[in-house]
Amino acid sequence: MISFLTSFLAAHATIIIYLVKIALLLFIVLTVNAYLTWFERKVVAHMQSRWGPHRVGPHGLLQPAADGLKFLLKEDPTPAGVDKFTYFLAPLMALALALTSIAIIPFGPEPLHIFGRDITLGIADLNIGILALFAITALSVYGVALAGWSSNSKYPLLGGLRSSAQMVSYELALTMSVVGVLLLAGSFNLRDIINAQAHHPERGILGWNIWPQILGFICFFVAAVAETNRVPFDLPEAESELVAGFHTEYASFKFAMFFIAEYTSMITVSCLCTIMFFGGWLSPFPASWTFTYYLPSVILIPAGLWVIWDGIRYETIFGRLVLPGIGTVLTVIGIALAVPQLQFVNAFIQGPFWLLAKIFVFLFVYVWMRGTLPRFRYDQLMSFGWKLLLPLSIANVVITAFAMLIWGPR
Amino acid sequence: MTPQLAIFFVLAAIAVIGALSLILQRHPIHSALSLIVVMIALAGLYLLMGSEFVAAVQIIVYGGAIMVLFVFVIMLLNAGVEERTNVSKLAGIAGIPLAVALLGFLAAAIARSNETAQAGFQSGGLANTKDISTMLFKDFVYPFELTSFLILVAILGAIVLAQRENS
Repeated sequence: MISFLTSFLAAHATIIIYLVKIALLLFIVLTVNAYLTWFERKVVAHMQSRWGPHRVGPHGLLQPAADGLKFLLKEDPTPAGVDKFTYFLAPLMALALALTSIAIIPFGPEPLHIFGRDITLGIADLNIGILALFAITALSVYGVALAGWSSNSKYPLLGGLRSSAQMVSYELALTMSVVGVLLLAGSFNLRDIINAQAHHPERGILGWNIWPQILGFICFFVAAVAETNRVPFDLPEAESELVAGFHTEYASFKFAMFFIAEYTSMITVSCLCTIMFFGGWLSPFPASWTFTYYLPSVILIPAGLWVIWDGIRYETIFGRLVLPGIGTVLTVIGIALAVPQLQFVNAFIQGPFWLLAKIFVFLFVYVWMRGTLPRFRYDQLMSFGWKLLLPLSIANVVITAFAMLIWGPR
Repeated sequence: MTPQLAIFFVLAAIAVIGALSLILQRHPIHSALSLIVVMIALAGLYLLMGSEFVAAVQIIVYGGAIMVLFVFVIMLLNAGVEERTNVSKLAGIAGIPLAVALLGFLAAAIARSNETAQAGFQSGGLANTKDISTMLFKDFVYPFELTSFLILVAILGAIVLAQRENS
């Protein structure tokens, strides 16, 4: 039996590795999604002098689990007069496309060596990487537009119309703003784009695309926020005008699918900003500063100790048990990374550490904007997109092309 | 049968079924959705031929931009289910034989040029991004610019038509 199993595994190793990687990435992305909602509610609450979720579990840490359970168990009525097929297709499409786009993101420079095989971090390493992402973005309009149309209700229809107009308008600026980066890298592949920013390891942060492409970055980030329908571009689901916009008529898990799709595309956009403009997994410090290798430990150990200290004074007994446990795990990982015998682990973790740290910063910016910015008016939205963002991104292309013509490629 | 050929037949079947559904669906939105399926299946076929750039652009431009406009217009006009009318006599008498004749010509042409079709199926990096851009911006730059000028004229025409009258 066991020999059969090993021979089967050896024969189909490539497929099995891919399946495991896909399952693992899905698990990680969905968990991060769940805790992103917790993080968002907590941060926005503290910005507004509230506590945010704090009832379910210590510091509300089990709130995402409770929410997920609620999504699964709630009644799921189908409103009368909906276009059945499209009504069921729309959330499926939104979620599937959002999750597919994550598959193209590379998460680390070095492949992992397990069982004599090189396992790259990331699922699909396409040489049209960024174009494939834009293709997925182009299709993801349908999830929102069809949801609005098929619900057979006026507010969702208005939301769907708004979203398709908005996404078509901002897609142009989104695509044009990336051209500068593509010119500098000379490739559509995301790994090549990161490696093109690593030509001068001694420059560190100064070698990243953000400096020559600051205009492109601004255009990209604004257009990307508009594409993900987030504040201040959340007109398709503006609560105060359209009830809940395109997903008004969706309940239970179908609503959750839109919800997960939105948060997943936030993660994708954060990944893309990091990879294209902020050097991906490159460290912001010059390569000769080897002491920065201990930064993961320097962050993890105090964070773990703080969680322990906070946990032993927590009100509930459950919290007094769980929080110090989490803190201990963090501290132990931090100490383990600093141990000289485990330096190969530390060296491997550097790339993903910087990538995830930068992605986290962008996710925080997303939440920060939601906490502070008011929504655009519809005519402002349209004139901003067409009259300011699009010309700026085209100007960026022209400037970059001329600069490369004069000074030559880097 | 090679895996490539199997994938080709699956994608071709999806494209044909999508095209049939496009004609047979009675609701404009369902027809538009079928057309998107056809576009994506075509992109898959391009991918199979090794031209990734064309495949991606097919989805971005046709599957995305153009079809979104179609869907947007259908939603905006709130077009309902179309009514079935009796097929006109002329379409029955002239249309069906013509369609059969066209199908026959196409089949004959494809059957005759069997080798070139095979070659097109096998060819790899012919249509990568660099080749396409060299063709567009070097070899055929004047026709390309002329086409973009034509599109610009069409856009201006659309703006003039859509503009409100100044009172």
